[in-house]
Amino acid sequence: MDILQILLTDSFWAASLRIATPLIFGVLGALICEKSGVLNLGIEGIFAAGAMAGWMAVWLGAGLWGGLLAAALVGAFFGLIHAILTVPLGLSQHVSGLGVTLFATSVSYFIYRTALPNVTSPPRIESFQALDIAGLSDLPFIGPVLFQQTAMTWLALLMVVLVWYVLERTALGVAIKAVGDNPDSVDAQGLSVYSLRIGAVMAGSALMALGGAFLTMSAFDAFFFGMVNGRGWVCIALVIFASWRPGKALLGALLFGAFDAFQVRLQTEVGALVPGQVFLMAPYILSILALVIAARGADYPRALLTPWFKGQR
Amino acid sequence: MIRIEARNAPPRALTLGVPILSALVALALASIPLAFAGADISTAYAEMAKGVFGSKFAFSEMLTRATPLIFTGLAAALAFRAKLWNIGAEGQLYLGAMAAVAIGSGAVDAPAFVLVPLIVVFGAAAGAAGMAVPTVLKTRFGADEVVTTLLLNFVILIFVQMMLEGALKDPMSLGWPQSSPILDQGMLPQLMDRMRIHSGLIMALVAAGIAQFMLARSVWGFRLRAVGENAAAARHAGIRVNRSLMSVAIVSGGLAGLAGVSEVAGLKGYLTADLSPGFGYTGIVVAMLAGLSPVGVVISALFIASVFVGADSMSRAMGVSSYLADLVVSMSLLCVLIGGFFARFRIVRSKVGVA
Repeated sequence: MDILQILLTDSFWAASLRIATPLIFGVLGALICEKSGVLNLGIEGIFAAGAMAGWMAVWLGAGLWGGLLAAALVGAFFGLIHAILTVPLGLSQHVSGLGVTLFATSVSYFIYRTALPNVTSPPRIESFQALDIAGLSDLPFIGPVLFQQTAMTWLALLMVVLVWYVLERTALGVAIKAVGDNPDSVDAQGLSVYSLRIGAVMAGSALMALGGAFLTMSAFDAFFFGMVNGRGWVCIALVIFASWRPGKALLGALLFGAFDAFQVRLQTEVGALVPGQVFLMAPYILSILALVIAARGADYPRALLTPWFKGQR
Repeated sequence: MIRIEARNAPPRALTLGVPILSALVALALASIPLAFAGADISTAYAEMAKGVFGSKFAFSEMLTRATPLIFTGLAAALAFRAKLWNIGAEGQLYLGAMAAVAIGSGAVDAPAFVLVPLIVVFGAAAGAAGMAVPTVLKTRFGADEVVTTLLLNFVILIFVQMMLEGALKDPMSLGWPQSSPILDQGMLPQLMDRMRIHSGLIMALVAAGIAQFMLARSVWGFRLRAVGENAAAARHAGIRVNRSLMSVAIVSGGLAGLAGVSEVAGLKGYLTADLSPGFGYTGIVVAMLAGLSPVGVVISALFIASVFVGADSMSRAMGVSSYLADLVVSMSLLCVLIGGFFARFRIVRSKVGVA
């Protein structure tokens, strides 16, 4: 089969959107945090926590939407820890984020292992199923690509619009962006810098956790150790690539998803000639390249990484 | 109204007391997950202590576990002092280990006094190269080294798997992906009979001593600290910042590479893709707990290694998940961060409106 032919199959485009879904949640979450001035390297661990919490809630009988709610709350909780450490306490955002990643990951693993001490094959749940919309799902090409995804993919796309709307069209969005650029001006307006930043980090972390929940509740139907596998870090790179814009974040996640879907298909074509690991490495290398290309002109939120203390200029 | 005020100079008692207190608080907090797992808490702590101090063998196991952590802790401590965020020690460790097996498993046939230094030098160089790349990407293109080093960890680990199925594969391993063993004369000498403790520990202690001296007393250390405290001011004072960053990157990566050399040539004898259970990431906790001081790294590595070895042995005896150790380690990082805040700032009550 031709390489060009891969690009024309509907299964390739459907897979691209599916692979992009957790990244869309993650990039949006990281974007909200960073817009408010806080880098959140807790993302990798929050992904794991969201994956575990969502899966476990469903396994305990909360239902799929209950599972998503549980994941989002757990994400917001770990976001709160990061926010307290970095906003009122003004500690190193790098180190605190890594601490949250280690903490969230080990809490999730410990709880999973303690709840299920002796399982050899991880228990499965009834995960989100592909939508079946009368008329639309049967359309040629468009049907499989867009209308046979799970509800979570649609939720992710809805979030792109919602985050864009809040950031660009509401007073709250103006305040969040201002607090990441010039917190003194926000303070002068009588708004609370602390509340805005803490709120943004919690909301962003809740979105990251939904990205993790997609892994156990839609992409797979069980929880595995190490299943996040760097997706969180990829999101941190994609935010810079997207210059902190929700629309470009969607584009970045889709490009990444398309590339990943393409390398899997290419692997089956030329797998005999090139070791499979070359293809596995490629998405990470691509993320590094994207970062290098985008870094020069990156328009960082001006107060990113800078703590702000009340009554102290 | 409550106000946060910086202390002029953190009292010495706090700089020393905070890490110790944080470590103890994190250990005490472990009682929550222990209770959650339904374990008897005092028995669990007793089992943990027995797992470290219960026998000569147990103690030597703890020292063996501390060895790579001293190296990766030093790697993080030096880089972080210069505010170069090397989160890639995990990958650099594997680069060092790969170089060690590439040289030591028969490619070079030489007596021990040639082969061992050769392995050490090449291992360190491989780790250094692994950190030099993201540093160039940072200084030349402005690409954030946090993200690039994190992503490179994944690239390197996949590369290791590729090598273990390819160029470095042991033909005698019956399909199991592992490297050919390092020649006997390439192995670091053992320190005690019938124990796994090896001279990598001596190397690590010497490295810590040198790092302490260089950081506190040399021009190199002065430049590095100046760059870390205020890069703009350092540049203004005529320090070539990028050059300083590159030199600390090479040292930091080299130390992480030595962690890999010491694991593979001191302990395992051959390379597998699960050589490191996250020593690179744990090194960050070690460094933070040490207040980024090289001598402190040795002490905090001993503590973290005790947590791992003690929790392992406790979990075998009582059936509590050994992820407890990772939990304690991550909690000590969060505790020492919070503690560091109270060492540097104090909270003052003042009248409303006075600010």
